[in-house]
Amino acid sequence: MGIEEKIPDSIILTSLDKMVNWAHKRSMWPLGFGLACCAIEMISTFGPHFDVARFGMEVMRPSPRQADLMIVAGRVSHKMAPVVRTLYEQMPNPKWVISMGACASCGGVFNNYAIVQGVDRIIPVDVYIPGCPPRPEQLLDGILTLFKQVEKESIKDDHPEWGRKLV
Amino acid sequence: MSNTSKTVTLNMGPQHPSTHGVLRVILELDGETVVKAEPVLGYLHTGIEKTMESKLYYKVLPCTDRMDYLAPMSNNLGFCLAVEKLMEIDIPDKVQWVRVCLAELTRINSHLVWLGTHALDLGAMSMLLYTFRDRESIMDMYEAVGGQRMMTTYIRIGGLAMDIPKDFEKDIRNVIKVINNGLNDYETLLTNNEIFINRTKGVGVLTADEAINLSLSGPMLRGSGIKHDLRKANPYSSYEKFDFEVPVGENGDAYDRYLIRVEEIRQSIRIMEQTLDGMPEGPYRAHVPGIVMPPKEDVLYKMESMIFHFKLITEGFKAPVGSVYQGIESGKGEMGFFISGDGTNKPHRVRVRPPSFINLAALPKMCEGNMFSDVVCAIGSIDIVLGEVDR
Ligand code: SF4
Repeated sequence: MGIEEKIPDSIILTSLDKMVNWAHKRSMWPLGFGLACCAIEMISTFGPHFDVARFGMEVMRPSPRQADLMIVAGRVSHKMAPVVRTLYEQMPNPKWVISMGACASCGGVFNNYAIVQGVDRIIPVDVYIPGCPPRPEQLLDGILTLFKQVEKESIKDDHPEWGRKLV
Repeated sequence: MSNTSKTVTLNMGPQHPSTHGVLRVILELDGETVVKAEPVLGYLHTGIEKTMESKLYYKVLPCTDRMDYLAPMSNNLGFCLAVEKLMEIDIPDKVQWVRVCLAELTRINSHLVWLGTHALDLGAMSMLLYTFRDRESIMDMYEAVGGQRMMTTYIRIGGLAMDIPKDFEKDIRNVIKVINNGLNDYETLLTNNEIFINRTKGVGVLTADEAINLSLSGPMLRGSGIKHDLRKANPYSSYEKFDFEVPVGENGDAYDRYLIRVEEIRQSIRIMEQTLDGMPEGPYRAHVPGIVMPPKEDVLYKMESMIFHFKLITEGFKAPVGSVYQGIESGKGEMGFFISGDGTNKPHRVRVRPPSFINLAALPKMCEGNMFSDVVCAIGSIDIVLGEVDR
């Protein structure tokens, strides 16, 4: 029909959005940062048995400057909250957040003076994973759900929470 | 750094890959030498002790899992023993043996995670992968008995949450086989590894006197050559019936603590095998109407059991006025629960003696005057879990 018939097989036509999203999705580097019990299940997910490397994200970055994804794994205390916020702000755009476990999502079993009742009170969250702690399979499912969301994004989208537009 | 002072103040944490969670240490450095090391705590403060005081005795148990989340069954055991002491409940033999078996399994779990993360801190990435590979078999076992991978709450006041599964013995023997194979791998990789020895020998040294004065316990104390283990010194849950050695170190350094923990895994396996060989028959819960939950099967078919179940769930039991302390030897040291009852159905005060919190007090002593790069090794060799330190 159109131009596709004339070009060789090694060239693929796609939209810029799709390509950028594909790249984001396939090399999403998480911030290596754990808070409490959920962090142990996060390490299990990154370990040999569940092997998150299948989804292109086995490299945990200890520095927020090199990370794209923050997995808030565990309870956030009021003392830790400013630190979590700072870490989020230090991450370069584009960035995503997964809230792992009941505590990070809503305070969980600790409805008391010490725990922030949901990390979404201090940073924007893309995917919530229930469970105390969520099984590694659940975390994987959360990550794949995030990937599906990333596929729908456009570089023209406005992200006020990131501070500035991507383009 | 001001122009007049000679030292540099360096902040480490709370987000740092080798502080095992959210520990923060403020270091004062003179060149490469640590002049002062000050741990800053509280970044994971959860108010667990306070939360416990607002719950019925039964409902406190899930909170204990979430303190030392690498050794959930030890925490359950400590709390249950303390309440059982307060209520003067006698525990059937079988329950005690299953508890011992699972407590030892938990010790292995705790030590495996320690081994993996400590080696990772020192640059041996593959150790983490090996230990987490073998830890999965323990997680499967937890799931088989308690239905959850980490927060099992399997050990309950007066007994167990449910009877052990049919394949309990076979499964545990499988786990033992996996861990035994794993141990050979770890020791081949680390024990004679020149780099590992260089990074751990002579690092974080504590003399026997210092260890006692700091009130250390567990491998931290035994590493300094003191043979003290609550399982021998003050046996609980029928530990006196089992035959095992308590390994001790000589130099009190990080390498000795490594050797001790590896040997403890071996001894734990020995204890587990003994429990399997002589597992007594019997009920999985003590029969104390009104205090211990009746077995679920009875609740469904017997009227009295159903009434007791209903009453216990809604209003719990009333504990006498008085206070008890019960310490157990968890993987990290002496884990103690102090409970004070005030005649109501909720504890008046619960105080936890967390081993890693008290062991952490040794950090300044281990670091000051030594090289900056050894701080990571010193922190790792304490084996802290921040959930327990901050509670
Ligand atoms: S959700 Fe459960 S497992 Fe996760 S941090 Fe909270 S208490 Fe721990």
